[in-house]
Amino acid sequence: MKIIRASIIGFGSVGQGVAQVLLQKKEEIQKKGFDLKVVAVADSRSAAIDEKGLDLEKVLKSKKENGRVGPETLSGLEVIRNVEHEVVIETTPTDIETGGVGLDNMLTAFEKGMDVVTSNKGPLALKYGELAETARKNNAKFRFEATVGGAMPAINLIRDTIAGNSIISIEGVLNGTCNYILTRMMEEHASYEQMLAESQELGIAETDPTYDVEGIDAACKLVILANYVFGMKATYHDVDVKGITSITPEALSLAQSEGYVIKQIGEVKDGCIQTSPRLVPESHPLAVGGTLNVVSVQTDLAGTVTSTGRGAGSIETASAILSDIISIYRED
Amino acid sequence: MRVSMDIELKDTPGQLLCALTPISELRGNLKSIVHHHEERTPRGTIPVQLVFEAEPDNLDAIIDKLKKNGIGISRVDEKRLIEEGAVILIGHIVHTDIQDTIDSIDRTGYAEVVDISLSMPHINTTSSASLKICAVGIKELHEAISILKNVAKKKDLLVVEPIRAEFS
Repeated sequence: MKIIRASIIGFGSVGQGVAQVLLQKKEEIQKKGFDLKVVAVADSRSAAIDEKGLDLEKVLKSKKENGRVGPETLSGLEVIRNVEHEVVIETTPTDIETGGVGLDNMLTAFEKGMDVVTSNKGPLALKYGELAETARKNNAKFRFEATVGGAMPAINLIRDTIAGNSIISIEGVLNGTCNYILTRMMEEHASYEQMLAESQELGIAETDPTYDVEGIDAACKLVILANYVFGMKATYHDVDVKGITSITPEALSLAQSEGYVIKQIGEVKDGCIQTSPRLVPESHPLAVGGTLNVVSVQTDLAGTVTSTGRGAGSIETASAILSDIISIYRED
Repeated sequence: MRVSMDIELKDTPGQLLCALTPISELRGNLKSIVHHHEERTPRGTIPVQLVFEAEPDNLDAIIDKLKKNGIGISRVDEKRLIEEGAVILIGHIVHTDIQDTIDSIDRTGYAEVVDISLSMPHINTTSSASLKICAVGIKELHEAISILKNVAKKKDLLVVEPIRAEFS
């Protein structure tokens, strides 16, 4: 059986989710005609390397017990440069100011002809063109389903399932935190501040929620869709962004009495990218509740195709990463 | 604007064409036609109901031409503002001159604010309002909402508008 050697660069919640999923799905992967061997794992201060294949259970245990993945002190970038393997699973945290270490990791991997599967939005929201071009030049594969809406199929839906269709526009709910807060504000007739506090308590919102509630996270996802689907050369600075912080419970009630809910909607159409609170008819497919994400694609042949699913969570995001890996190497 | 019209045709060949030609000549867009061929009015004519869209300035000319063609007209109903949309405003709506905000739509001549519900929970907190806007067409409704967005921007109000699918 074909053996694919992989590294996991970044071992926070998503990286650990990937390790768990790879352990759990070993047989499923083999049924697709290949064996995936993780030869290196790196987090921000340590690394574990074994060319014969790491015991991921041990790595997970070590991370949990002493905060390190292993004894080595190589950085992710050094692992990519020095350890022989075919695919880099890049799960370092998103940095939308500079692209962070993820940008260097991906570019270096491509230059070495390695494939990259990632959940890291930052590099794509800033430098998608350069990344895609470097991958193409080096004949490397670049997959990033996990960057847009976690487990919800979006990128691969457009690339594979409805291939051949011309895409007219895309709109959707692309941030689970905003969706949770707006849904709960309407249910409880409560203020934004109250429901933000609730979602922070539940771990749905970060301590500093700016990135989610101001629409920046959704903007990054829209940029990735715009660049990939429409070939735009946008960065997240090109997105017209309005967040949810000024939404009132009274506005939600007034909307409801007109048959609408208020959702944070992102939209790419006619070269414009925007995200803002919008009125959505209560029975419309975009009116999903809780932390769900949804994306609706207008096409020339298939009409409107809508996909919904969990937009965050370590296992859900790992699911998207696994499907990307399988789509590259499957032989069934 | 949208016009609905009850007309009466003589039971002779070519009458329907005499009724429809004036509408199409004056760039009216026929939406529906119900031809009750088996029915008769007390005058022995055939009742027909038409719905079409036309420029308001052309309606009188259409009616004149129909009359010249010998078509009887028993009823004309005009509905000028045929498209309706709701938007939500959030901010200091009243203190930023609500009358002026409404006027910015009403002044256009092609759209009007026909309903407003206002919620002001406390002094010094932001208010919320839902506005219903009617317009002569879908394009004009979009324009009215974009005028409202410009006004709202100057007054630091948030406009929550319907998703695009609502308008198609």
